[in-house]
Amino acid sequence: MAKQVPIVDYLVLGDPPRLEVSTCTACGAGFFDRRIRCGRCGGRDFERRVVPATGIVRTFTIVHRAAPGTPTPYVSAVVELDDGTRVKANLLGVEPDPKAITLGMKVELATFVAETDDEGTEAVAFGFRPLNGGKGFSDA
Amino acid sequence: MPEDVWIIGASMTKFGRYPDKDVLDLAAEAALAALDDSSTTIADIQILAVGCLFEANAMVGQRLLSQIGQTGIPVYNVANACATGATALRTVIMSIKAGESDIGLAVGVEQMGKAGLLGPAGQGKPKRKVFEPRGRYGAVTNVEGVLGTQLMPGVFAQAGMEYAYENEGVGFEQFAKVAEKNHAHSTLNPLAQYQKRFTLDEVMSAEMIAYPNTLLMCCPTGDGAAAAVVASGTKLKSMPLEIQRRAVKVAASVMTSDPWAEGGQAQPDVNTLTRLAAARAYEEAGVGPADLDLVELHDCFATAELIHYDNLGLCEPGGAGEFIDRGAPWRDGSIPVNVSGGLLSKGHPLGATGIANVYEVTQHLRGEAAERQIEGARVGLTHVIGLGSACCVHILTR
Ligand SMILES: [Zn+2]
Repeated sequence: MAKQVPIVDYLVLGDPPRLEVSTCTACGAGFFDRRIRCGRCGGRDFERRVVPATGIVRTFTIVHRAAPGTPTPYVSAVVELDDGTRVKANLLGVEPDPKAITLGMKVELATFVAETDDEGTEAVAFGFRPLNGGKGFSDA
Repeated sequence: MPEDVWIIGASMTKFGRYPDKDVLDLAAEAALAALDDSSTTIADIQILAVGCLFEANAMVGQRLLSQIGQTGIPVYNVANACATGATALRTVIMSIKAGESDIGLAVGVEQMGKAGLLGPAGQGKPKRKVFEPRGRYGAVTNVEGVLGTQLMPGVFAQAGMEYAYENEGVGFEQFAKVAEKNHAHSTLNPLAQYQKRFTLDEVMSAEMIAYPNTLLMCCPTGDGAAAAVVASGTKLKSMPLEIQRRAVKVAASVMTSDPWAEGGQAQPDVNTLTRLAAARAYEEAGVGPADLDLVELHDCFATAELIHYDNLGLCEPGGAGEFIDRGAPWRDGSIPVNVSGGLLSKGHPLGATGIANVYEVTQHLRGEAAERQIEGARVGLTHVIGLGSACCVHILTR
């Protein structure tokens, strides 16, 4: 099997793969990026915390015109995880059609190989797919 | 008690494409027109602030003075994304309030040409590709389009759809109605880049860029400049009566950045800082949304305008869909919004926008807006957002 690396360092590969945040020990705010201080309270101490793999779609867009090299159309979304953490990612396994996507629909974390470099290393990215599988369940 | 601050001259070029001009041509045209409008010359000006985003490191202000008059005054070249022009204006206002100057000039200018989509994407690829974590997220490759989108059309589409998630009565049609309105308004503005009316059906069936924003719901790129001459109340009293008669008061000048908000790291939060700026501006000016005769707000995308009805308190909380459905922001509605045609149709040369909206409101308060005049206008609000984010709100009165 090819060597794999996560596309960003807040994605931790494993079984199952998961997202992690740096959590401010003073106020509980979670951050995906490398921190200097807490942006909410100025706190200086952080601990790593795994965030839930399931949540709901707070908002989405279907991108039809994108930067060169990006396949279109695709669905970008902001997902609110079960602990309130919000994360941006693509929706996977849904038709790029507004009728197939419902605001508030339940989704779960999924990973896929996004790209391979010249040494054969695979970059693994994440997205979210409808929780019960299938292609959107929202025509109701 | 800080000085009162007044707009005594304002101008903008027609927005459009000027391949045969450069930023100095455009900036000088606007600056000289604003000076003429205030019956002053560059020799009277004590401070210059210039906003030009694409040439932010190129000393545009000093190069402008080398073309229109080198008087040795302090020059501030500012950059704040789409709030760049408003930031230049506010720099002059702050100098006057501080008592360091009593008359100054603010200029916003941009030459974009056909820039296409804006945002951090499309960087060149190295010859040999080996994954290596970079930046504060440890990204090993370009994530645009892989981990969602951070290009402007998608970001503002998602901001609108989040409002639709949280509130009733908002969907594709409500967003499209915003563009229908602004394109209709632009037909009365000879300085607008586009002056063409479209039906709601034409708006909705245009090429989809990022759902729910179609091409006619996205602002164009373009070139242009705007300028304002600003004076203290004390200075104004010493000026000819005709200038005093046409002067418009800056009743509030507010800038905010993003307070921490849940979700602000997932996508830019254009709501919280706008709400904060509006609240401070209403307090500073001693007016409320019901007192506004017109509003020029930052409709870079139709979705953006709709959510700002709520952020600026123009509608009932959660009621932006109903607000557009009943025609309230049309020029004959209860609070006319973007009677200039807005960014969607007037155009959005980034650095010029935050002064062009002040020009628009100034013209109405003076009763000089010609065919598109909002009769009897006495109080107007301008709003811009530079993503990242910077928000400026000005309230003008007479
Ligand atoms: Zn904290």
